[in-house]
Amino acid sequence: MNRIINNPDLVVEDAVRGYLKAHADLVAPTGNPRVIRHHLAPRQGKVGVVTGGGSGHEPAFLGYVGDGILDSVAIGEIFSSPTAKSFHDAFVAADGGRGVACLYGNYAGDNMNVKLAVKQASAHGLVVKTVVANDDVPSAPVAERAKRRGVAGEVLMWKVGGARAAEGADLEQVIASAQKAIDSTRSIGIGLSACTIPAVGKPNFSIDNGMMEVGIGHHGEPGVKVSAICPASEMADLMLEHVLPDLPFAAGDDLAVLVSGLGATPIMELYILYDRISEVLGGKGMKVRHPFIGNYFTSLEMMGVTLTIMRLDAELDRLVAAPARSLGLTKVVS
Amino acid sequence: MRGVVLADAGGVVVEMVDAINANRAKLSEIDGAIGDGDHGINMSKGFTQAGAALGDPLPPLPKALQVLADALFEGIGGSMGPLYGSLFGAMAETLGSAPVLDAPLCGRMLRAGLEGVEEIGSAKPGDKTLLDSLAPACDAFDAAMAAGRPFAECLREMAAAAEKGRDSTRDMIARVGRASRLGERSRGVVDAGASSCCLILQTIAAGLEKRLQA
Repeated sequence: MNRIINNPDLVVEDAVRGYLKAHADLVAPTGNPRVIRHHLAPRQGKVGVVTGGGSGHEPAFLGYVGDGILDSVAIGEIFSSPTAKSFHDAFVAADGGRGVACLYGNYAGDNMNVKLAVKQASAHGLVVKTVVANDDVPSAPVAERAKRRGVAGEVLMWKVGGARAAEGADLEQVIASAQKAIDSTRSIGIGLSACTIPAVGKPNFSIDNGMMEVGIGHHGEPGVKVSAICPASEMADLMLEHVLPDLPFAAGDDLAVLVSGLGATPIMELYILYDRISEVLGGKGMKVRHPFIGNYFTSLEMMGVTLTIMRLDAELDRLVAAPARSLGLTKVVS
Repeated sequence: MRGVVLADAGGVVVEMVDAINANRAKLSEIDGAIGDGDHGINMSKGFTQAGAALGDPLPPLPKALQVLADALFEGIGGSMGPLYGSLFGAMAETLGSAPVLDAPLCGRMLRAGLEGVEEIGSAKPGDKTLLDSLAPACDAFDAAMAAGRPFAECLREMAAAAEKGRDSTRDMIARVGRASRLGERSRGVVDAGASSCCLILQTIAAGLEKRLQA
């Protein structure tokens, strides 16, 4: 394991410290070392927008605290849900008096900790409503969508929810927009190599050289098939074959498309993949209005890529296009 | 009726901390087969924090269990924080301010812990989780008590059932949590949560038995 770390048991603490030093114009610490907030949060009169999740996915989750996106974030151990206390403290840090929207991903630990934290918050009168992302197509059949994991579609959900809150919407409206965002979004990943949690010291799964795992999860959860690596254009076709029929997406749709590396993938290869994705979507009569290409939601040093597609209506288009500034995602109004 | 003086039994929690720390590498290795391989690391982190928070002199067992629950809720997150936090929190609440732990109270404590876990989690017995150690252990304790067996034997039956329950997870397919994504591939290894739960129940059984007074 060749890594740039100090104590493998303290990588999260060490990284958060560095992050706060580097981005003081965006974020600020709180009394809980596992919660960071927007430097102006809580902003009075605005619905607080919060997420949380395990570490190792940077810039998710902490990198999406910023203008027009998230107000605070709860930070967990590598690939492990934040504590209920951290979720609760993140709610408090974001509470501007109009309630808090907690937009998070569908994992057993996060579900339990959020449930406990929401209960704890309601005990002192803080109203928290939740949306659970489940955009990962290969993780369960469409009939069992509630079982699907949340993956990079969460980024678009945060963007939409954050933009809606920035417009001055109330909690019900923010939740409704964020729910619509994730319901209109589908994702798939392909993994080309394993990843290693520093404190464990060795990979917890393996992908043989020359092979790829189609449908892999953000923590190395197995996908739907393992096959020989193929050219990028064939990977793009394969990903689209899984994603497009699932919503389904159709001719005439306006789209937001997010292609994210999983940590070790050269950025240029993401563009090689996107070239083909754009071509196929265009050929099917769909229009990509908002492309996002880069490392948006990673899995430590895994080689691989995820594709996320959102179908836009007028509201989602407006909210995705709205200005935002954060480490993970910045949208400038042209 | 024989019982344990709760004011003098806070050490049971210290013994749990020691047991988890001694098995840190082993629990991670078990987890590595079908999970992240970090179960021992995270459990050890939470239990060590609890050990440090117990203070000196040791508090009575109900308070010590609550300290442990709080440390897990606040310290480790993941799935194990809320699950074990709920287990020990419900146990502590059941003991309340009782001076002595006798067999019926112990049975109620174990049952309340089981219900606490079931309430926060979504698993059922047979899903290859810590419930597969915990549920049969509770049942065995109650059965032994109903059969009129002495408290010490009830504890031994409980510990034996936990171990049997842990081993039963080897042939199960994981139905909740991250390992459930493996489907059939999750068969053939014991569950990490069932393993740590068995260890905890064995430690509780041994710790209470050695503190039993006539």
